[in-house]
Amino acid sequence: MFELGPIFRALLRQKVGAILIALQIALTLSIMVNAIFMMQQRSSQMARPSGLDEANLFYLSNTVFGQNYNHEAALADDLRLIRGIPGVVDATQINAIPLSGGGWSMGLQHKAGEGEDDIGVAVYMVDDHGINTLGLELIAGENFQLTDIEWRPAASVSWPARAIVSQAMAEALYPGAYQTALGKTVYINQNEAIQISGIVKTLQAPWNGWDGVERSMLVPFQMENRNGRYMIRTEPGRRDELMPIIEKALAESNKNRIIRNVTSLEDTREDSYRSHNALNKILLLVIVILTLITAFGIVGLAMFSINRRRRQIGTRRALGATQLQVMRYFMLENFLISTLGVTIGAIAAVGLNIWLVSKFELAPLQPQLLVFGVLALYLVGQLAVFYPARKAAAISPATATRSV
Amino acid sequence: MFAYYLRLAWLSIRQSYGLSLLMVLAIGLGIGAAMTTVTVNYLMSANPIPTKSEQLFYVQLDNWDPHQPANDNGDPPDQLTYRDATALWAANKAYRQVVQAQMGAVVEPEGKDSLPFQVSGRANSADFFAMFDVPFLFGGSWDRAADESMQQVVVLSQSLNERLFGGRDSVGEKVKLAGDYFQVVGVIANWLPRPRFYDVTTGAFNEAEELFIPFSLLSQPKINRNGNTNCWKPSGEGYEAFLNSECVWTQFWAELRTEQEKEDYLTFLNAYVTEQKKLGRFERPINNRLSDVMQWMENQQVVAQDASLMMVMSLMFLLVCLLNTIGLLLAKFLSKAPQIGLRQALGASRQDLFTQYLTEAGCIGIAGGLLGLVFAWLGLQGVQLLYGDEMKGLAELDLAMVGLAMLLALVSSLLAGLYPTWRACTVQPSQQLKSQ
Repeated sequence: MFELGPIFRALLRQKVGAILIALQIALTLSIMVNAIFMMQQRSSQMARPSGLDEANLFYLSNTVFGQNYNHEAALADDLRLIRGIPGVVDATQINAIPLSGGGWSMGLQHKAGEGEDDIGVAVYMVDDHGINTLGLELIAGENFQLTDIEWRPAASVSWPARAIVSQAMAEALYPGAYQTALGKTVYINQNEAIQISGIVKTLQAPWNGWDGVERSMLVPFQMENRNGRYMIRTEPGRRDELMPIIEKALAESNKNRIIRNVTSLEDTREDSYRSHNALNKILLLVIVILTLITAFGIVGLAMFSINRRRRQIGTRRALGATQLQVMRYFMLENFLISTLGVTIGAIAAVGLNIWLVSKFELAPLQPQLLVFGVLALYLVGQLAVFYPARKAAAISPATATRSV
Repeated sequence: MFAYYLRLAWLSIRQSYGLSLLMVLAIGLGIGAAMTTVTVNYLMSANPIPTKSEQLFYVQLDNWDPHQPANDNGDPPDQLTYRDATALWAANKAYRQVVQAQMGAVVEPEGKDSLPFQVSGRANSADFFAMFDVPFLFGGSWDRAADESMQQVVVLSQSLNERLFGGRDSVGEKVKLAGDYFQVVGVIANWLPRPRFYDVTTGAFNEAEELFIPFSLLSQPKINRNGNTNCWKPSGEGYEAFLNSECVWTQFWAELRTEQEKEDYLTFLNAYVTEQKKLGRFERPINNRLSDVMQWMENQQVVAQDASLMMVMSLMFLLVCLLNTIGLLLAKFLSKAPQIGLRQALGASRQDLFTQYLTEAGCIGIAGGLLGLVFAWLGLQGVQLLYGDEMKGLAELDLAMVGLAMLLALVSSLLAGLYPTWRACTVQPSQQLKSQ
């Protein structure tokens, strides 16, 4: 059928060229599949929502240097000032910025005491405006009341009575029944009781590489902090316009501090995933160039093998083979070589993946991707050989009658 | 004779320029990709202090939770508690030793118009500068006595000195820092160790600090310390309690010049921990570590995983490019069979042919290598663009890398040329001549 036998026997007579192409296809497949897989993983990490209204949020640092600075009064003044500016939706003091890479973590445990199992959780200290400022979705329980907010002096180690946790944290504490977390008492800092008074849908921890990145909690604190942060939410589209205005208003209202690092959350996200983004772009480039090189290699070798066989092709044409049959011959030849290549390549891809998993922090490959890679390389091979095959088909039957 | 082969190679390359271009391009891309990633890896894993990296030791003690190790692989925590680090420093058992942590403060420049600004700093004991070969522009380090008596002295970086004093010799001047006046004792010249080995806990490729003050000043809460703090048990109320807690946030280095000194120091550390055990601390088995600079860099995985990953990928990429070249060379040389037969018939030995065709392969390799350098340069620019400041100083071609690129190109193209050349030399002259 389709002259597979003769094609195969002809291939055997010039094994090396065919094997070289097959090896190239194999390596290309294994690199391609693993690279795409890495890109997918990174992209899905980047696509995770932080739970925040990122487009309309920005934050700034309030660094205090004056010696007689009344933290509690100054904080109240600042918040009143910011919340009063037209265009500002809400604002809160906060101890850490989601996605930024720097923050606090604690452990929550079911029973009090040293040595009990605990679950790591990122801690955000906010006031009763926290949920509205961040744009979080409260799915159970209630927000903090003004009376819940405690003043936390610097270097204090005690914790407030209530906390709001993310759904993922509730799920980690009460697997399969996160709703039951509401109202439960857990222990923080080994011995301090804290009651879960609310659950928010999503709120990411500041560390995007942490495997518990979805576990976080809000506690009702206003802090004495010589290096504090304010998070500010604006009306849609007004963030960039308000950033310098608020910076200036704060800086002028109190000269005993400096306002710095005024940053939008979108920029923070970009910074946070900069290396992911960069790696994905590089990998994409690698895949494209690699595929091109393999394709050109196939073209080059096919052209040469056709040039060497001009007389045979002419003879076949003279004996009655149609142009289509000549083309089919070379397409099929390439198909056979590709089959060898993708077979080796599929094994190599899995092998490479196993090695990468053992050496780097990667997950095992999905089989669908391998199927996709195999199909893609068959297609690349057929496309690459199309032009040389057409050239071959155009060889005139008269060639057979001429001597070189 | 070699000149003749070069001429033949040139003719042959020109004759099938499309194919030759393809080979040069393939080698160039392969070399370019490989050199880009190799350079980044090479610079990331560079020895930041080659003259004494084997005499500087990072100290780790295991004061962690008896129920749970600090790291899954059993390593002790990567920093020390304040009380242990200061105790080791006070014992003064090493040739030199430094206790340090990262801090930040607001500087208030003199003059009505100047605005206060935040600087990143380091609190460290006096030996820091001598141990890590820090170059001074003016003045010098403070001494151990200054550490002991908590003197308010400061060493400035060149850029901060530029900003505050216009770059002049500011030794003896005062700087208002965190609300207090500090006396300048030295200004260091530009210093950017890569990796920033003396503290990798806050980013191995961060820039060096803008100022340095005695570590003992951190015993007051006035100075804002920052950097990483890890606790396994509650620390108790107040700053004093925090300092005495089991929270780790300081780093300790010891300079030990000989194997004997190292052994003695380890003995001392073991004795110290045994002593502390009597106070009910250090409930885990003794697990003290001394790691020299390169060991510590390795332990802390300073070379980013992404960088090694990219290097693996790019080397495989180079392999594909070489396979490509082998195939194309083979096709090219075999198409010359009639010529080869003719030359053999005219008396060329196999060795002559071998040299000739290998010369051609080498020429293509060198051209590919040169193109590869261009691609590597472009690649490094791209890496810098994509990664930003993170890659500052890590994406630059140096002479060693240029040499390596050319060598890699030449060797790989010769290797790629070997099989096609051998095949070309085994052409049967009689058969070729017959068919003409």
